[in-house]
Amino acid sequence: MYGGGYIFEENGSGEIEDSVKLKEFETRISAGDKVEPTDWMPVEYRKQLIRMIEQHAHSEIIGALPEGTWITRAPGFRRKLALMAKVQDEVGHAQLLYSAAETLGKPREMMINDLINGKSKYSNVFNYPAETWADTAIIAWLIDAGAIINQVANSKGSYGPYCRALERICQEESFHLKYGHDNVVFLATGTRTQREMVQGALNRWWKPIMHFFGPSDKISVHTETMMKWKLKMASNDEMRQKFLDMYVPKIRDLGLTIPDPALRKNEQTCKWEYTEPDWEEFKRVINGDGPCNKERLAVRKKAEEKGAWVRRALLRNSEQYVVPLS
Amino acid sequence: MQFNKEQTKALKELLYLLADDELILGHRNSEWTGLGPILEEDIAFSSMAQDKIGHAQNFFEMLHELGEPEPDTNAFARDENLFRCCHFVEYPIGEYNFSLMRHFLFDHAMFIRYGMLSGSSYEPLASAVRKFKGEMIYHVLHADTWIKQLSQADEESYRLMQSALDECLPLALGMFETLSGENLLSDSGIYSGEELLRQSWIEKVVPLIESAGLILPDLNNIQPAFGGRKGIHTDYLKPLLDEMSEVFKIDPDAEW
Repeated sequence: MYGGGYIFEENGSGEIEDSVKLKEFETRISAGDKVEPTDWMPVEYRKQLIRMIEQHAHSEIIGALPEGTWITRAPGFRRKLALMAKVQDEVGHAQLLYSAAETLGKPREMMINDLINGKSKYSNVFNYPAETWADTAIIAWLIDAGAIINQVANSKGSYGPYCRALERICQEESFHLKYGHDNVVFLATGTRTQREMVQGALNRWWKPIMHFFGPSDKISVHTETMMKWKLKMASNDEMRQKFLDMYVPKIRDLGLTIPDPALRKNEQTCKWEYTEPDWEEFKRVINGDGPCNKERLAVRKKAEEKGAWVRRALLRNSEQYVVPLS
Repeated sequence: MQFNKEQTKALKELLYLLADDELILGHRNSEWTGLGPILEEDIAFSSMAQDKIGHAQNFFEMLHELGEPEPDTNAFARDENLFRCCHFVEYPIGEYNFSLMRHFLFDHAMFIRYGMLSGSSYEPLASAVRKFKGEMIYHVLHADTWIKQLSQADEESYRLMQSALDECLPLALGMFETLSGENLLSDSGIYSGEELLRQSWIEKVVPLIESAGLILPDLNNIQPAFGGRKGIHTDYLKPLLDEMSEVFKIDPDAEW
């Protein structure tokens, strides 16, 4: 699950590229060619790609934590097995993505070190707690739905290994969405306790969902380059609008109330209007001051430390990945 | 084949053993999800945990056919003293060396047990375990590969694997506690019994342990951790069951 990654963009590297090669590269991209690991690419393209794919991979393993804690509490065999498989998929996505990023020259171990040292970011949404069983249902349905919108767009991008990984990820995510929706339907049409539980979860998660796609895009030279190189395929606002178009009616059909009285579709502009999310909070949480940032990184760090002896015992050679898993 | 009342009671004891061992260890192994030492192991442990819980679900369905409560209620709302799992599966996941050694010792036993049961006179059980055996081939292959690799990699990993073996053996031998009504199972061709399983298990795992370079203590001097098959459990089981049923018990009338 991933969304809103673009907000972590850094400034350009200032590299001056060979203008002939750069032109050839950009011509290829505009013709719809995919770039492969051994092809020439601008330094800045490689840097931005590593950052994007790495953040996406981190989001998958950190994203496994809030849902993972509910595997041991899932009510009944059907839900327990489905949630286990779902979270396992998310870890599998991290594996695919780290391998795609490794083709660009950064080893997995280094990426994970950057994650636990706070140097590299992950999707903001996972810094919020999953307080009840219904929270996992809302995450699996609506956060995964948001992730699919984001990832389907990005799978049309320019870097072959990332696009192929995203296509596979989206297929699995579509099952997560079905699982999440089924789970929400049972709660929303269930007993009073269940209905209250799922409404409470929607109330808690609406803000992180609106944050999920990132702040409104500000057109900059940097963004233009990202779009030209097909690293960025749609704006944050476009994706948020698409999500609202697809899911607001479905949420309302279930008798749930979206906690934003200003939410409405403007028939003239055909755009959704909503209470502007609190972007100050968004920035605060990204920068480490969210409800779960410390806990998430501490859990990840502990897992890395506890497993270090296993990884040391496997280090028998200096082979490195050069071929992506997909 | 028709079974009398006493034989059916013994059959249920056996099915509870299978169901509870698989459910509780599957539950324990699922606790590694997102926390494994490497991503590939995280994924592998989750797959095996899913298989185990799937097997458990099947055994609970068989019990339901024999008049026991429906699977979710039976698994998620039964009292602790009615569980028939061994102590080995109840222990927390601990460090990875413990979880891996438990996986190795337990899965070999279950693989052999499934083999013995694949000729059972209780056909629903025989046909189910024939399928499960196919899955378990990969579990034991996974366990054997890792035990060998980690026991022979470096001093640190060797030491950790040896200490895991020493810690696990009394618990592992507790898997073979005699079942209530075992002679009835044997006489009716349902299951040939835990002692035969124990012997086959020793024949299988001892050479693997030795070829991994680990030192095997004298099994005759080890006191097995018995009690589980009679409903006497470690202090670890109750909190596990409380956690497992936390949501299920919020509203007993609800469909989840």
